[in-house]
Amino acid sequence: MRFSGWRVLKEGLTGNKGWTGHWRDPEPKREYDVVIIGGGGHGLATAYYLAKEHGITNIAVLEKGYLGGGNVGRNTTIVRANYYLPGNSEFYSHSMHLWEGLEQDLNYNAMMSQRGLMMIYHNDGQRDAMVRRGNAIINQGDDAELLDIEGVRQRAPFLNFDDNRFPVMGALLHRRGGTARHDAVAWGFARGADMRGVDLIQNCEVTGIDVENGKVRGVQTSRGVIRAKKVALAAAGRSGQVAAMAGLRLPIESHVLQAFVTEGLKPIINHVIAFAESHMYISQSDKGGLVFGSYLDFYNSYAARGNLPMVEHTMESIMAMVPALGKARLLRSWGGIMDMTPDGSPIIDHSGIEGLYLNCGWCYGGFKATPGSGNAYAHLIATDRPHGAATKFKLDRFRSGYGLMDEEGTGAQHNLH
Amino acid sequence: MRVTCPNCGERDRREFYVKGAALVRPGADAPVEAWHEHVHMRDNPAGDVHELWYHEMGCGAWLNVCRNVVSHEVVSAVLAAGSDLGGAR
Repeated sequence: MRFSGWRVLKEGLTGNKGWTGHWRDPEPKREYDVVIIGGGGHGLATAYYLAKEHGITNIAVLEKGYLGGGNVGRNTTIVRANYYLPGNSEFYSHSMHLWEGLEQDLNYNAMMSQRGLMMIYHNDGQRDAMVRRGNAIINQGDDAELLDIEGVRQRAPFLNFDDNRFPVMGALLHRRGGTARHDAVAWGFARGADMRGVDLIQNCEVTGIDVENGKVRGVQTSRGVIRAKKVALAAAGRSGQVAAMAGLRLPIESHVLQAFVTEGLKPIINHVIAFAESHMYISQSDKGGLVFGSYLDFYNSYAARGNLPMVEHTMESIMAMVPALGKARLLRSWGGIMDMTPDGSPIIDHSGIEGLYLNCGWCYGGFKATPGSGNAYAHLIATDRPHGAATKFKLDRFRSGYGLMDEEGTGAQHNLH
Repeated sequence: MRVTCPNCGERDRREFYVKGAALVRPGADAPVEAWHEHVHMRDNPAGDVHELWYHEMGCGAWLNVCRNVVSHEVVSAVLAAGSDLGGAR
């Protein structure tokens, strides 16, 4: 089934009876070339690029719940390439380019909206950091512009420019940043992979990983034993537990990151706006809801919900920076389980067990990385060599101390990211 | 979350700074590998964990807090000084 304007017109005139499911619901086979553990954004994207770019189609994606029911359905939908350390810089740039061609590539409406992202600075030190970041972004081939206060006022006149503690001085504008419809990204990759022959198997929980003589043989699941030549982890916040099935320990702690959405409002916020003041960031969905969040709760959690102190902090930030939103009613909040590494940057690497691959440690940056992560991971699985844009996402950087990517400059230890 | 500090009684989570996993510290002459495991690698279980909490806005004591990371229930809190975390391995 291909989507097109013509098809929408035809179906509209014939009672929309011709639409079919976007993917099959196959029974698992006894053996695959590649088994991917985790049917979220990264796992589905990996399957898609393995099939599309490497011709490997004998693949199963095993998902213990439903497709896209984890972090790809629990984020704030922001897409950007404004990282600045070598390693992250070229990777997120690569991911951004994939985002820009994604809807055509997948023939799927992911509601990609490059509405521009403004990172607000409040003092001279933050401005200097933005200048440095902007130069790095331009050097990596992406876009950044420094706005002064008038530049921000023109674009977002509703901000509180005169806050005594955190006055708005200006912003770094990243025009190509924006948002995408998170669920549709998962669905588009799922459909694209399914069309190329990948088996997407839902309600199939992996309960064990079989390793013999240092080589992976397959997985035990709630739907039986599945043998595989290669097994690829894409389990996000649950990476630690899945890796433990193969006897591995990871440099990862799982933390909760909360997000919030208000009732639907008329258009007010045209950009994604992030505030250096409090890490608070906000955008408006196409449905009208204001989507925002700020810090981690900063303790380990698998609860998928946070606690009130961080809710309070986030609401205070909104009131300080965008007081006009004070009467908007909060519709709901949720928490995603973040696989946090000591330096805040991800891992796409061999695991040390032959045929077992790692893709984890996405911290709070997983959604924007989705196509880049799938693309780079597929390359690693297919060729056993890292993708050119993901050569620095090494597992052993923590042991060696070489190649750490600590974007915040706070130090590479667990409780600081 | 509320934590019962052995010195101060039940207090709000906001009075505390969370340092992270409460692990036995390797001895000063431990091999690099032991320090790598201590500083970076984690079991990260979905269940009860022991953590170091600092009662920053209370008595200033470091606590060894046992907490369930699925339910957020605080199971116990004792003084870290008495829980044998320092020293050689």
